[in-house]
Amino acid sequence: MTAKLTALAAAMLAAASVAGARAAEPKHGGILHIYHRETPPSLSIHEEATFSVNVPAMGIFNNLVIYDQHVPQNSLQTIRPELATSWAWSKDNLSLTFKLRHGVTWHDGKPFSAKDVKCTFDLLQDKASDKFRKNPRKDWYANVADVTINGEDEVTFHLRRPQPSLLAMLASGYTPIYPCHVSPAQMRTHPIGTGPFKFVEMKQNESIKLVRNENYWKKGLPYLDGIEYTIIRNRATAVLAFVAGKVDVTFPTEMTKALIADIKKQDPTAICEIKPINVNTNLIVNRDSPPFNDPQLRRAMALALDRKAFIDIILQGEGDIGGTLLPPPEGVWGMPPDILKTVSGYGDVNKDREEARAIMKKLGYGPDKPLKIKVSTRNLATYRDPAVVLIDQLKQIYIDGELEPVESSAWFAKVARKDYTVGLNLTGNGIDDPDQAFYENYACTSERNYTHYCNKDLEKLFDAQSAETDLAKRKKLVWEIDKKLQEDVARPILFHARTGTCWKPYVKNLTIMSNSAYNGYRFEDIWLDK
Amino acid sequence: MGTYLVRRFALMLLTLFGISVLIFVMLRMVPGNIADILFDAAGMIDVSEKAKLEHELGLDKPIVVQYVEWIGGLARGDLGYSYVSEKPALDEIAPRIPITAKLAGLALAFSIVFGVPLGVLSAVKQNSTLDYILRVVSLSGLSMPAFWLGLLILMVFVSSFGSIPIYTDPPKGFWNTLWLYSVPAAAVGFRSSALVMRLTRSSMLEVLRQDYIRTARAKGAAEWMVNYRHALRNALLPVVTVIGIEAAFLMGGLIVTETVFNIPGVARFLVEAIRWRDYPIVQNLVMFIAAVAVTVNFLIDLLYAVLDPRIRYSS
Repeated sequence: MTAKLTALAAAMLAAASVAGARAAEPKHGGILHIYHRETPPSLSIHEEATFSVNVPAMGIFNNLVIYDQHVPQNSLQTIRPELATSWAWSKDNLSLTFKLRHGVTWHDGKPFSAKDVKCTFDLLQDKASDKFRKNPRKDWYANVADVTINGEDEVTFHLRRPQPSLLAMLASGYTPIYPCHVSPAQMRTHPIGTGPFKFVEMKQNESIKLVRNENYWKKGLPYLDGIEYTIIRNRATAVLAFVAGKVDVTFPTEMTKALIADIKKQDPTAICEIKPINVNTNLIVNRDSPPFNDPQLRRAMALALDRKAFIDIILQGEGDIGGTLLPPPEGVWGMPPDILKTVSGYGDVNKDREEARAIMKKLGYGPDKPLKIKVSTRNLATYRDPAVVLIDQLKQIYIDGELEPVESSAWFAKVARKDYTVGLNLTGNGIDDPDQAFYENYACTSERNYTHYCNKDLEKLFDAQSAETDLAKRKKLVWEIDKKLQEDVARPILFHARTGTCWKPYVKNLTIMSNSAYNGYRFEDIWLDK
Repeated sequence: MGTYLVRRFALMLLTLFGISVLIFVMLRMVPGNIADILFDAAGMIDVSEKAKLEHELGLDKPIVVQYVEWIGGLARGDLGYSYVSEKPALDEIAPRIPITAKLAGLALAFSIVFGVPLGVLSAVKQNSTLDYILRVVSLSGLSMPAFWLGLLILMVFVSSFGSIPIYTDPPKGFWNTLWLYSVPAAAVGFRSSALVMRLTRSSMLEVLRQDYIRTARAKGAAEWMVNYRHALRNALLPVVTVIGIEAAFLMGGLIVTETVFNIPGVARFLVEAIRWRDYPIVQNLVMFIAAVAVTVNFLIDLLYAVLDPRIRYSS
């Protein structure tokens, strides 16, 4: 009898597992509904610098190579071929050659070729007769001397010096291949790509609609008939729309811990993930404006910071302490904890503040004679809230700060003309890579180097790490640079935020990236188990 | 009467001209332009690219030249291009007007249908339990912020029915349209009807104390006739004024309701356009709203003459 029961149970289990396997087989059809937090400025990824564009537009395009869309941590090891079938570095690491895929067509039916790759990078490098209206990532390709084509199906990038990170940049959601035959102006209003979804329409304040590309070169994909992004500006309405099932996925990385708790209470079946987004909040100090031209004063300010308090107050604990690069385990290049704790200002907060107060007293400030400053920041909650905490922390070292909220559109113009003394800023990183982070934010001539920190010796180290092909050696160099940047108070990092995304359980194959918010939206193999 | 109409029409044109100058200048006094906003998202300002963009959009021209070009275009029916979508401004604005018009019309209907009769009832039954209840309801209508009421309605719908009456796609068919607009219209109309109700009540109370009402009663006129034929008609003048103002306000002032219920109407579009400093959209949309406001005022003036013979005779 017992044997019979065991056999029956085994049979039932086997049947259940077969049914499970069947349920896990992708199904074709259905429209995926996602809410979008705003109307994007356009859908031309190359001209924009916000993932409000990447999220809906990545599905329209393909890159030469792409980060594996189902490995949350983007790294050089997770790069996969896309429009390229393979790639090879030359022996001197000065040229990178891609073999291109055959039989790929643009959404308008024209064939894709190596010329399109060259056109894209000519546009990015300002070498083409047509110009982008804005070209925010021109600097990514500063080391590319030229792009040449060898026939219809091979393209080579010639570099001025070795740069393994070029592959990382090419794999980003920010680096789609554009067609030669479509102007940049048309790409802004009606983008044409080779990707799994074709652009249908974008209505300001209403929706963005994409439809399945029947001729997609990956046979059988995409599974979805289309994707509709409903623009919902009010987050409370958006959350209710998700709970009511009007949308299947929330806008990526838009949910806070509190909102997720609310969603889970109303819809316990919802799947929610909180992950780092590789956006850091940082302190910027105008080092040319007295008294902040004194490195001692800047050091005292950095020593006053209690990073854990920022994370607890602003993010209910959902954040990470680190340097310029996103800390591990999600971050690939960030300083490990044992190195981080040796960085000045990352140790015991009370001890650091004692030291800071001593410096301030030496500089002539004290409880009766505080240093009065204005803390400027963008008039947005994500900027204002940490600025208020910063003001409170600076009070501990006799700095009496007053918040100066700056109208959002005037913020970067104000910072660029150095019309501030102390400010709070947010820095987003398109890829988790030292080349992007260092050159963009700390190179002497970079437009995004808001504090105008300039260390020529360190710049040589930027180049050294950039050219280093040995991963372990490069990491050591990167940590050394990051430590120096923090100790030089170049732009003290307050915290790295973690935010959440929720989706309904019937949405399958959705992977949220854990070290970038810009690269994981191709959506070609997402399917709906309905 | 003819002279009066011509004079009022001329005044309308003058008002619109004044508004056009005001909005044009004020918009350019706001810090930043579209180029600043576009670069802002990139976290950098490339001075040469920004200057090129400003030149391309004509933002580097003297303000007077820009104004003349805009007004000239407006006179020819050319509203220019949206800086953001790069589509004709008319194509962006026109589809949104019926959306807001439907919402505003329903909200106004809600406020008249409930506000006027309940206001009369409240006045006629002054100091009764019903009057007290209606006064409390109307006061709560005036005190509740529209966004709070809107969100509350949405929450109730989600928790009770598992659905949410927000705009995600254009509604299909009459009943679907009516359903989609009636919930936000009720949220807006609640406040408007409270206002209309309180005004009708106080206006009615004043009229009901007039000598001619007492005379009508003394002559043995039925109560309903006294209230609705003699009193209400005279009490309606200030109510009509407020309804007119509400109608004009609703065309451009539904930002909160449009945001909470995700309705892609005129007000939400205007706020977004201001955020982007999309001058062609803002200027033309404000001119449209202003034209609606002055036209409604004009119509109310005409309605006065219909409602009150004294105005007609004096003109």
